[in-house]
Amino acid sequence: MAEPSTQPEPTGNYEIIIEPSKSWLRINWREMWEYRDLLSILIRRDFLAKYKQTVLGPIWFVLQPLLTAVVMSIAFNKIGGIDTDGIPSLIFNLCALLSWSYFSQNITTGAATFTANSHLFGKVYFPRLVVPAAAAISNLFALGLQLIVFLAFFAWYAATGSNVHIGLSALLAIPLFLITGIFSLGVSLLLAASTAKYRDLSHLTPVLLQLWMFASPVFYPMKKITENATFGWLAWANPMAAVVEATRDVLLKGGQMSPELPTMLGISTLAAVLALVLGVIAFNRAERTVVDSV
Amino acid sequence: MTAINANRPIVEIENVSKRYRVDTLGPTSLAEAFRAMLPGRKQPATPNDFGVRNGDIPGTFWSLRDVNFSVQRGEIVGLIGKNGAGKSTLLKLISRITEPTKGRITLRGRIASLLEVGTGFHPELTGRENIFLNGAILGMKRWEIQAKFAEIVEFAEVGSFLDTPVKRYSSGMFVRLAFAVAAHLDPEILLIDEVLAVGDAGFQQKCLGKMSEVASQGGRTIFFVSHNLTAIRALCTRAVLIEDGTAKLSGAPEEVITHYLAATTPTSEGEAGRIVYKEDAPSVDELRLTSLTLRNSRDEVCAIFDANEPIHVELRYRVTERLRGARMLVSLYTTEGDLVLTMTDHELHKPTLEPGEYCTRFAVPGGLLNRRAYSFCASSDAPGIRYLISGGKHLPFTVVGAGNHLSQFPERWPGAVCPRITTTVELNP
Repeated sequence: MAEPSTQPEPTGNYEIIIEPSKSWLRINWREMWEYRDLLSILIRRDFLAKYKQTVLGPIWFVLQPLLTAVVMSIAFNKIGGIDTDGIPSLIFNLCALLSWSYFSQNITTGAATFTANSHLFGKVYFPRLVVPAAAAISNLFALGLQLIVFLAFFAWYAATGSNVHIGLSALLAIPLFLITGIFSLGVSLLLAASTAKYRDLSHLTPVLLQLWMFASPVFYPMKKITENATFGWLAWANPMAAVVEATRDVLLKGGQMSPELPTMLGISTLAAVLALVLGVIAFNRAERTVVDSV
Repeated sequence: MTAINANRPIVEIENVSKRYRVDTLGPTSLAEAFRAMLPGRKQPATPNDFGVRNGDIPGTFWSLRDVNFSVQRGEIVGLIGKNGAGKSTLLKLISRITEPTKGRITLRGRIASLLEVGTGFHPELTGRENIFLNGAILGMKRWEIQAKFAEIVEFAEVGSFLDTPVKRYSSGMFVRLAFAVAAHLDPEILLIDEVLAVGDAGFQQKCLGKMSEVASQGGRTIFFVSHNLTAIRALCTRAVLIEDGTAKLSGAPEEVITHYLAATTPTSEGEAGRIVYKEDAPSVDELRLTSLTLRNSRDEVCAIFDANEPIHVELRYRVTERLRGARMLVSLYTTEGDLVLTMTDHELHKPTLEPGEYCTRFAVPGGLLNRRAYSFCASSDAPGIRYLISGGKHLPFTVVGAGNHLSQFPERWPGAVCPRITTTVELNP
């Protein structure tokens, strides 16, 4: 069976040294690149495994945020009476949920990396970072499906003369989703590293995520926070606040933004990059001996 | 392959130690972490946070301690040793699943490990999808998997089930597919841990065949952890005995195995030659095994017997409720797991056993067994009605001495038993 094509690649100067690590940042990028096939296969697996065995299949990816949007429109806007800048509340919420669901999906899957894969990690080595990275990319498919549904609703609202506008500025949604992805990956890596050590966090994460959602302008406009004397600072302290508001500005208002929003977005971008760097460092520290304790 | 590394050992293990915590693995809840932060309560948080200080720390143990050996390209190394000796820890370090506490391992080749077949199989995905997933997890590139796809499918014999989710596979099919992927890995260094424990006998044969095929192609280095000493003997070019976390002996498989068997004594259940059954041992409401003891002709409890002396086997058990039609069985096995014989007290029991303490004694005559390692295992059933006790602990022992085969050579004599055979030789009868 030893045909030349199936022989191991020549690895003349290949040398791996395994010893207790001293440096606190040791990321083998070359190795990450070598495992790119695993990355693409895991992306596929995450997507397929999530809806196989369900009757509605991939429809769940859009049904979940859609139902949330409907429930929240009734609770916040119809009963709670929160105004939505003259935009129909359903599309107002649905739009903000584009970036928010992507964020919360990434956090939920990423934070459980070590605990959910402890069996796998205890048996075979590969760069652990591949797992949360694959999850974050595969969640983009859900975002894509959601975006299609959003556009369908948008078309209907636009046709019936609602106060919604879209233009070229809609393309700005792409960098916004990118910031969301980077920030959520960073936060989820930090959470994964901490959850491996303190199991309590796995109970705390969903609660935290819910509080975070209500502290972000998902079901109400940003000015509700900025105009609030007590909680105004929250809009600046929460990197997701500007991202969620901006998503709506570019997809529903033709790109109109409040004057302080670009500054806030700059802060969000910096926070996202910082979170990713810290997350990768913490994750790499945790991955080396995590199998001894999980 | 460039000349630089071709002549250097493909695996070098230098002063490798691994320490594990045994109490709790650092603070595992936030409350504990806060308590640990109080003055005077400082605790190391992870197993490796001890740094490289020497000396023992309470609540920790050394799974490996100063292990040193190196392996040349093409060697097939069998790691043997008792459970808990540190064999699997060593493989985990070599396969980079966890880091050593001290020391250094240098690998000069692509490595793949096979610590458990089916690693990373996803039940909802089809056989085809799982071949690609599992292959990638084990470190294969997509093109490598594609190149070997047909071969893998053929080896696994799953043919028409290729597009069925693996959760619908029988356990036999699952194991075959998992092993097929793993067997077609082409690393320069392959780590295998106990995979041969699974599957039916025919499939095990096929796996061993595949392993020796891979081995015989040359150039591949294999680490093989197994309790199957026959497989180690047949496949390995070298054996390393791991004992109490150190590499005690390294050399020709035959020599190392002999040394290992001579030192084999049960450890977890008290002294050599006796099992005292614990609470969790198999039992039924009416019947519980108490102990199984081996004695030599001087009435000493022991686990090493001369080939010509009888072995006295004593099984003690407690009947707690009236029990109909029960008999006790003690079976003799080789270390490969083959059943040699079964002894029973069937004829000596009354149809109904009254509650009380019982003892059944068997005497295995001298001059029957071969010079090798065996084990006894006790069980009980009510013939034609039901099994009572099975699957209990094995009590290992070794037979040594001159034996009966009339050969003066110090060779290992084949066979599960070696009874006294009347032999004559005549010239021109």
